[in-house]
Amino acid sequence: MKETPLSNCERRFLLRAIQERKRLDGRQCYDYRNVRISFGPEYGCCVVELGKTRVLGQVSCELVPPKPNRATEGILFCNLELSPMAAPGFEPGRQSELLVKVNRLIERCLRNSKCIDTESLCVVAGEKVWQIRVDLHLLNHDGNIIDAASIAGIVALCHFRRPDVSVQGKEVTVYSPEERDPVPLSIHHMPICVSFAFFQQGTYLLVDPNEREERVMDGLLVIAMNKHREICTIQSSGGIMLLKDQVLRCSKITAVKVAEITELIQKALENDQKVRKEGGKFGFAESIPNQKITAFKMDSAAVDTSNVEEQAEEIITKADPPSEVFAKPILHTPGTAQIGEGIENAWGDLEESEREEAAEEEGESSATAFECQRTETEDTSMMSEAKDEPIVLSDSEEEEVVILEPQEEPKKTRPQTNLKQENTSKKAFNKKRRKKRASR
Amino acid sequence: MINQQPLPARTARPPASPSNRAPCRRRAIGVSGRAVSLLLRPLPSIGHGHFASASAGARKVYVPVKGDHVIGIVTGKVGDVFRLDVGGSEQASLSYLAFEGATKRNRPNVQVGDLIYGQFLVANKDMEPEMVCIDSSGRASGMGVIGQDGFLFKVSLGLIRKLLAPKCEIIQELSQLYPFELVLGMNGRIWVKAKTIQQTLILVNILEACEYMTAEQRKQALAKLSGN
Repeated sequence: MKETPLSNCERRFLLRAIQERKRLDGRQCYDYRNVRISFGPEYGCCVVELGKTRVLGQVSCELVPPKPNRATEGILFCNLELSPMAAPGFEPGRQSELLVKVNRLIERCLRNSKCIDTESLCVVAGEKVWQIRVDLHLLNHDGNIIDAASIAGIVALCHFRRPDVSVQGKEVTVYSPEERDPVPLSIHHMPICVSFAFFQQGTYLLVDPNEREERVMDGLLVIAMNKHREICTIQSSGGIMLLKDQVLRCSKITAVKVAEITELIQKALENDQKVRKEGGKFGFAESIPNQKITAFKMDSAAVDTSNVEEQAEEIITKADPPSEVFAKPILHTPGTAQIGEGIENAWGDLEESEREEAAEEEGESSATAFECQRTETEDTSMMSEAKDEPIVLSDSEEEEVVILEPQEEPKKTRPQTNLKQENTSKKAFNKKRRKKRASR
Repeated sequence: MINQQPLPARTARPPASPSNRAPCRRRAIGVSGRAVSLLLRPLPSIGHGHFASASAGARKVYVPVKGDHVIGIVTGKVGDVFRLDVGGSEQASLSYLAFEGATKRNRPNVQVGDLIYGQFLVANKDMEPEMVCIDSSGRASGMGVIGQDGFLFKVSLGLIRKLLAPKCEIIQELSQLYPFELVLGMNGRIWVKAKTIQQTLILVNILEACEYMTAEQRKQALAKLSGN
C-alpha cells in the first residue's frame, strides 16, 4: 500500500508550530516520549514502547564455527525488520532505504561499540563459538525507530541468558536450562541512540521526533552514547550543515537523556529479575496493560492553555472601552428598534468579501469567551425573531435595521456592534436562503 | 430554533465554523449559522448495500461510497484529471471541470498536496472512484479546495459519524471555547483551523481524545480549558 502523502497544509502547520516551539503532543523541544519496557516469558524477549512506536526484540544464540580471521571471538548479528503492520508504506519484500539505514545504524551501535564481550562467547577456539542473534521487529511506526530499536536491542541483550557450557578437553557439554541455570551475557556498557531532528536549516531542533515531524524535518542527527558519556556512534543525515556548537549541545543533551534511559532500563531489568526469583507471574500478559477499547489511556501531556487567557486579557485591556455616547434607539414597532445605521454592505466580489471577512474576523476576535457566550444567547433570540418578522427585512442589500431584545439594556454597545455585524450576516444569509427557496 | 423548512439537497460543509460571532461566510462555499449546520449534513451511508455497516465505526480504513463527502489530498495531475488520496485502497480521480465556475479556460487553482473537500460521484468495487466538487445543481455548496492554514488529522470512522450526528454535543461544547472552522470528511479526516496554533492544537487533541472520553470527562476537560 502506498503511504498517505503529506499535504501542504500539514507541512505548513507543523513548521509554523515548530517555529513557535509547539509540538503536536504538547512536549517541549527536548522532551522524550514515555519509554515503557516490558519483558516476555523467555529470556531475551522484550517490547519497548517509545510513545506509540513499538519495537519487539528477541535474542537467540547458536553454536557455530567462528570467523576465520577472528577465531577466538563470538559473533553478534543484528537484524531489524519493518513489519507491514507498522505503517501502510512498509511492504514485506521491499528493501527500502530506511530499512538499510536503520539496520546499519543499529549494527554500528551494537556491534562496533563492543558493548558485549565477544571473547567470553568463545567455547572452543577456532571451532565453536556462540553466535548471538538480535532480531528486532518494528510493530508500530510513530517516529524515531532508531531510538526505540537501540533501546530494545540493548535491553534484550541484557535480559538474555545463554545456556551454560563446560569444556573438558575436546568434549563440549551444553547444559539445558533445567540442568544448569543459563548464564547472562557479559555486557560492558549500554549504548543508546538519541535522535535529533533539525528544521529550517538547523535553526530549530527537536529531540525524539514524531512521525509527522520526521516527515517535515530537514535533517537528522543520531548520537549513540553510554552512561559513561562515551560516544559510540554519531551520524548526521539529510545534508544539513551543522555548526560545531550545535553538535556539542546535542551531545550534552544526549548525555542527560542516556543517563535517564539507562536508569529506567536498570530498574526494569531489576524488577523483572525480582519477579522471576520470587516465582511471581512474569511475561507480556502481566506487563503490557490490558488494552480494551473501553479502557483507553492516553498519555496526558499538559497542553499549555495559560497563554490563551493572558492573551485574551491583554486584548481586553488594550481594546477601547465601549463608547458611552450612543444614539437613542428609534422604536419602530414593539420589539423592533433601530440604533444608527447598518454597516456598509460588503456583498461584492468573492475575493474582496473574503478579505474583508478575514479583517472582520480579526476585529471580532478581540471579544473574549464570556462575551462570546452572551452574543450567542442573543443570537438565538435574534434568529427566531428574524423569522417571525418578515416585515422588517427589505429586499435591498442594505442592512439598516437591527433587531434587539426588548429587555436588553442598550448600555452594552460592544456586544451590540458584534450583534449588528452578526445580524447583518445572519439576515443576509436568511435572505440568501429565501432567494434560493424562491428560485426553486 | 432549527428551521424546519425542507431545503433541497444542498450539502454545505458540515459544521463549518460553528463560531458564535463569525459572520456567515459569504462565499458560495459554506455557511456558518449553527441552525444550518445542524440540518445540512450528509447522512451516514448505511443503506448502500456494501460493507459500510454500523460496525465499521472502529475501523480506520475507508471504503468509498457514492455520495459521501470526504477530504482528499491531491497527489498528482494527469492530463485533465487530479488524482486524490482518500484513504481507501485506490486513489480517486477528480476532473478539473468538476469545480464551480470552472471552464476549459478557467482552471481551478489546485496544487499537489492541497486538500480538497468533495463528494463521490462514482464509487463501486469495479471502477476507480470519481469525485466531484459540485453538487447536482452545479453549485459548490461548501466543496472545493480547503484553505491553506489549519491542520489535518485522522480519527476513526465511528467518531466522524458521531460528530456528524444532529445536535452533536461535542461540537456544541467545543464552539463555546473559541471560534474555529471544522471540516469533517467521512474518510476519517478532520481539518481544523483556529485563530492561533495553540488553539488548533488544543482542538486536535480534544477531538482525538473524544473517541474514548465519556461525556463527563469531556465536560471536565473543557471546563478546565475554558476556566483557565
